Amino acid sequence: MSIDKQTAARVAKLARIKVEDDALPALAEEFNNILGFIEQLQEVDVDGVEPMVSVTPMRLKRRVDGVTDGNQQDKVLKNAPDAREGFFAVPKVVE
Amino acid sequence: MTDLTKMKVAEARDALRKGDVTSVQLTESLLSAIEGADALNAYVHKTPEIALDQAKAADARIQAGDAPDMCGIPMGIKDLFCTKGVPSQAASRILEGFKPEYESTVTTKLFDAGTVMLGKLNMDEFAMGSSNETSCYGDAVNPWRRGNDDALLTPGGSSGGSAAAVAADLCLAATGTDTGGSIRQPAAFTGITGIKPTYGRCSRWGIVAFASSLDQAGPMTKDVRDAAIVLEAMCGQDAKDSTSADLPVPNFEAMLTGDIRGKVIGIPKEYRLDGMPAEIEKLWADGIAMLKAAGAEIRDISLPHTKYALPTYYVIAPAEASSNLARYDGVRYGHRAKLAQGDGITEMYEKTRAEGFGHEVQRRVMVGTYVLSAGFYDAYYNRARKVRTLIKKDFEDVFAAGVDAILTPATPSAAFGLGEMTEADPVQMYLNDVFTVTVNLAGLPGISVPTGVDAQGLPLGLQLIGRPWEEGDLLNTAYALEQAAGFVSKPTKWW
Repeated sequence: MSIDKQTAARVAKLARIKVEDDALPALAEEFNNILGFIEQLQEVDVDGVEPMVSVTPMRLKRRVDGVTDGNQQDKVLKNAPDAREGFFAVPKVVE
Repeated sequence: MTDLTKMKVAEARDALRKGDVTSVQLTESLLSAIEGADALNAYVHKTPEIALDQAKAADARIQAGDAPDMCGIPMGIKDLFCTKGVPSQAASRILEGFKPEYESTVTTKLFDAGTVMLGKLNMDEFAMGSSNETSCYGDAVNPWRRGNDDALLTPGGSSGGSAAAVAADLCLAATGTDTGGSIRQPAAFTGITGIKPTYGRCSRWGIVAFASSLDQAGPMTKDVRDAAIVLEAMCGQDAKDSTSADLPVPNFEAMLTGDIRGKVIGIPKEYRLDGMPAEIEKLWADGIAMLKAAGAEIRDISLPHTKYALPTYYVIAPAEASSNLARYDGVRYGHRAKLAQGDGITEMYEKTRAEGFGHEVQRRVMVGTYVLSAGFYDAYYNRARKVRTLIKKDFEDVFAAGVDAILTPATPSAAFGLGEMTEADPVQMYLNDVFTVTVNLAGLPGISVPTGVDAQGLPLGLQLIGRPWEEGDLLNTAYALEQAAGFVSKPTKWW
């Protein structure tokens, strides 16, 4: 599996990270090195093996579906780069 | 009075109770040592006011009697832990200015026990690295040097600031986190002790997430007894982390008898790598001889899927990271890029993440995105999860056959120079974790103990791997190894 410039651009787009055009060939090469390393996994016989879901056998705990927390709008917004009138502010989303 | 900064946790605890020293005195000595140690770049946010307030409160509590072991003990906290009102950046530019409105469970437990926080410690960005060179604060520096050579060495990573601070006596102990070796490798590089407990022992709540199925917090300390004391204070079930184990936390320190007669220690043949330095071979052989002399039975074992651990890790960890780090979008906290005329929300995400994430973090997020993307999910991510099942089974098989603990080297080399690996392929850097990463994939407890020095005088460590939930027994085996090795070297102060 070899990653070309177009694939690298697509992955960057999916990850929502801006990568300049001239940086794409080097990025594709790095991906290829790492994926080449990962490629070894293809030689393992995994027939009938369950993919791991949880490293310790456990049943996830359940709790009553009730409100346990809340009413801290100020705290939630405290670290926002742009908060207005009690909301997070972002650039226009809908034209 | 001797130099207070050189105290260990157990010593300080006893001295505080006897009234030989106060927490304020201890804290002031350490704060002044920290002021003189900027060259190590271990502390990235100093919190002297908080420390002195906590120390005064601890002294009052000790005087009133019945204070917990950690009361009045000054610690450093890795920047990955959210600490209320104090910058918590995971060493990333994307969390610049972020001051949490809440406290992580682990630091809450420590503070409730009376622990003093001296400041936040340097690390690799989002804990992704093995040399502390991916930090937005710049490199942390190892207090150890190669003889008289003044080349700066890495303290390891990702908990590099924690390791440097403990080794240089800038705190009595520090918190670390370990996703693939990030407590044990830096501990080995700096001649200190570091334990990663069983997955689920420590709550992950309030610790900035890297790879949630692998991340665990643990202490980094000057010896095994201190590791037992601090670990006990950090552990315990937490309703805010559904993967935290509902199991009683034993008194680990009480389990340190040093008696390991009859214990079976496994020596895995797959950890004998081609081209392993002779010094590491010898360190390992010496460790085996020490445990044998202490009465343990040494048994050759096989963990056949060991060679696939690193490639498995480099699928699973980036996959989880790409998902966890999706939250850094410039909306709710941290950095937001300046936008150009006409930029919409997608440009905001893309520019923010390109400016905020460093190179290694971007690379891992994108690798994770790729292995999870349609068409590759089965070939990479699902296959890696299956191999992970096999890696865990390797350990289950040897434990079922009666092995109590496994002894391996902690790292393939001593600390290397800062900048030495810059030109290397990222995979070369990943090889640092070759002995430690299996333990995270299998969710087991692992501890690194310093047992020797190399020809240039740099510390080297051995790793012991234990059965799940048996940290007490593991610490006791580590204690026996520590007693036999008698490692007491300290770095010569140059900073």
